[in-house]
Amino acid sequence: MPTDLLAMRGIRKCFFGAPVNNDVTLTLRGGEILALLGENGAGKSTLMKILYGLYRPDAGSIFVRGAPAGIRSPADAIRSRIGMVHQHFTLVPNLTVAENIILGLKQKGGIFLDIRAAQQHVRAVSERYHLEVDPAEKVWNLSVGERQRVEILKTLCRGAEILILDEPTAVLTPQESEQLFSAVRALKAGGKGIIFISHKLEEVMAIADRVVVLRSGAVVLERRTSDTNVQELAAAMVGHRIDCRAPLRKRPIGSTILEARGLWVKSDLGIDAVRGISLAVHEGEIFGLAGVSGNGQRELAEVLSGTRGIAAGEVLFDNERVSGKAPRELFERGYGRIPEDRMESGAILDFPIKDNLVLESYYRLPFARHGILVPEKIEAHARDILRNYSIKARGPDAETRTLSGGNLQKAMLARALDSGPRFVLASQPTRGLDVGAACSIRSRLFDARDTGAAIFLISEDLDEILALSDTIGVMHRGEILDTMARAEAGAVRIGLLMAGVREGRA
Amino acid sequence: MRLALEKRETLPFRIHLLLPVGAVGISFLLSFVPILCAGANPFTAYSYIFYGALGTKTSIVETLVKTAPLILTGLCAAIAFKSGFYNLGGEGQFYLGALTAAALGICTGLPPQTALPLIIAAGFAAGGIWAFGAAVLKTKFRVDEVVVTLLSNYIVIYVVSALLDGPLKDPRTMWPNSPTIMTAARYPLLLGGTRLHAGVLVAIIVALLAWVIMRKTTLGFEIAATGANPKASAYAGIPVIRTVLIASFLSGGVAGLAGVGEVSGLHYNLIEKISPGYGYAGIVIAMLGELNPVGVVLAAFLFGTIITGAQMMSRVTGVPVFLADVIQGITLLVMLAVLILTSYRIRVSLDHLRGAHIKRGITTEGTEYTEYLDADLRR
Repeated sequence: MPTDLLAMRGIRKCFFGAPVNNDVTLTLRGGEILALLGENGAGKSTLMKILYGLYRPDAGSIFVRGAPAGIRSPADAIRSRIGMVHQHFTLVPNLTVAENIILGLKQKGGIFLDIRAAQQHVRAVSERYHLEVDPAEKVWNLSVGERQRVEILKTLCRGAEILILDEPTAVLTPQESEQLFSAVRALKAGGKGIIFISHKLEEVMAIADRVVVLRSGAVVLERRTSDTNVQELAAAMVGHRIDCRAPLRKRPIGSTILEARGLWVKSDLGIDAVRGISLAVHEGEIFGLAGVSGNGQRELAEVLSGTRGIAAGEVLFDNERVSGKAPRELFERGYGRIPEDRMESGAILDFPIKDNLVLESYYRLPFARHGILVPEKIEAHARDILRNYSIKARGPDAETRTLSGGNLQKAMLARALDSGPRFVLASQPTRGLDVGAACSIRSRLFDARDTGAAIFLISEDLDEILALSDTIGVMHRGEILDTMARAEAGAVRIGLLMAGVREGRA
Repeated sequence: MRLALEKRETLPFRIHLLLPVGAVGISFLLSFVPILCAGANPFTAYSYIFYGALGTKTSIVETLVKTAPLILTGLCAAIAFKSGFYNLGGEGQFYLGALTAAALGICTGLPPQTALPLIIAAGFAAGGIWAFGAAVLKTKFRVDEVVVTLLSNYIVIYVVSALLDGPLKDPRTMWPNSPTIMTAARYPLLLGGTRLHAGVLVAIIVALLAWVIMRKTTLGFEIAATGANPKASAYAGIPVIRTVLIASFLSGGVAGLAGVGEVSGLHYNLIEKISPGYGYAGIVIAMLGELNPVGVVLAAFLFGTIITGAQMMSRVTGVPVFLADVIQGITLLVMLAVLILTSYRIRVSLDHLRGAHIKRGITTEGTEYTEYLDADLRR
């Protein structure tokens, strides 16, 4: 048996006494794609940060090509031929691709840069591994997918044999993901070892040779992908089987609740972010808006939530114009809103949980009478919410900061739905949540749909759009390119639209 | 070496009670240095401060009279800071209150029964409007309120000086003083033969009102929410601009009341330098009281004690009275340090020397993030 390219043995790491990695052992061979699968908080990122020298393990050791590798910093990791592509890119936008790649590399030739040689080298590497990108192009001109390729090239030009890709498809369109997969396969053919972090099961089955599942910091399953299936992996990830399919609809889709007509919205920079959108959301319907982030969804969500003005057009709620109305008036008319960023615009992290739960309704009965707060009612309300929405918290008085991401999001959902809204705006409701929490949030949205609420769902997660929506619209560069019923929608069709390709033109 | 601040878990309430006590203790210890430099025994000096401020009935009254304006300027800073409006203009707002009291107090046309209530209301409004103006600049035009409020203090102080050398000057003296205000414009005395005036009572009532507003009312909820996270507050429908405007008006108004108290309760006329820096001391008091009205009253009493007792300490030991200012300054710095260290822990990292790249605000799991020392310390 050949020596493993990489072996991590008995890795243990605690934060504040709580183990995040518990006796993790993991091996990787050259020419192998290993998927590291797990929910948020399962310890994937910690393990990889240990491998890349950003954290030091409390116990355990790392071997590269059979020899112990004393990795104490990313510089050591690079020396051991380990490269990492983070979710957040670390490129200098106003430098070219080649300049970004040689940045920080020691080179021969004293103080003079040989850009041409660098460009040739980059071009050679990029052609070999299907990482097409022009070395002379400035980075700010590149798409997200291209920038990611530059990051991979950067690690390769530093001699990486072991590549860590941290949720690389999270930011990509389906087409860009396909391109990434072809590059990853070329890297595999070139004998590199690749660790592919993900929590998307289909993707793991498609690309990986072997999969390691982490749960609560420990390895719970290790299989060749040919010997396993999506159900087994999902069960291993969450520890119990989860069925998150849409329940049968209990009522038909009814009349129009919310309508946008010819909506134009400017971004903070004064650019037209939303360009003449019209759409309608009906009673008992979930309208899913798909699209790669940065195509105007944020601005549209802000307009619908009353925090941004419009340049032209109008928004109607029950046939009354509501564009330009403040959040409180929208709340009183029967809006429930789940903000895109729960930490910044959703909750006041320094406040007790009970106060965040009444942040919209504190001023009226039963929570206040003639401007005086009624603390017993606020407290009782919080107790009910924590119980009904199974939010894990120390209690109504606990600081909101102490909630985990999933529990905070459940609290945001509870705040939006508890008033029995007729229209629900859900922006990225499950972003960053693990399967269990996401599933419970989705089933709440289904419940709201069945009580007749019109739900406008904005999500970058195509699987979520497909799982929840009755009607799907695809947004690209500020326009809705197409709207279709769920039955007519397929991942491929939506993926093409997300990339801006209209049918018949592809 | 790189220093990073990481947010800590919240501390229990009883620790929050101990923070100011510890900060004051440390400040007293640090103040040993200047006392020793002045050639005195620190223990002797401190015992004279406390004896001079609390040893006799007269000295206790004197301490209370000094505490009253400090309570009000402390509340001024506390209310504003709580709403996220960093009003450093307490000094100027104090002078406007004093100016209003003096200007109305010499108008003999005022009906005697309503003179005092009118002066109190007008003094409150004068200080309030001044702070309100800065809040309008902040909310409408995003002008930094720290700069505006701080610099506008000088405008008020010099305008007051000019008036005292001109239209408001008492023609019977050669000093830049206003004429004496009429009897109906004065706070009644609470204790015969002493300087204990009703303004002390006003300060305590205002502190109680502030506590009720901050803890029990929707307005207090709005002020705290807006200060803690304006973005989330606005999203949830809290009228954040209106809240900042109201808080600024209340804040400035309370400082104006402090000025009214000094004219109507103590001096009975307006003089130059009527405030020995009460407005600025209020900032320290608000921080020491952790922006809580009850804490402000306690902190103001402590500072009133030090300022009053410093006189006797100076006479007996020869240490200059400026020691009181030194202790105030040290207390502010220590309290700020204590607040930072209790809500953050300092992490010394050498990683970047070895090539580590620790990004600001890595949020892979949503819970963990790193802030550097140059992060916004005002929050």
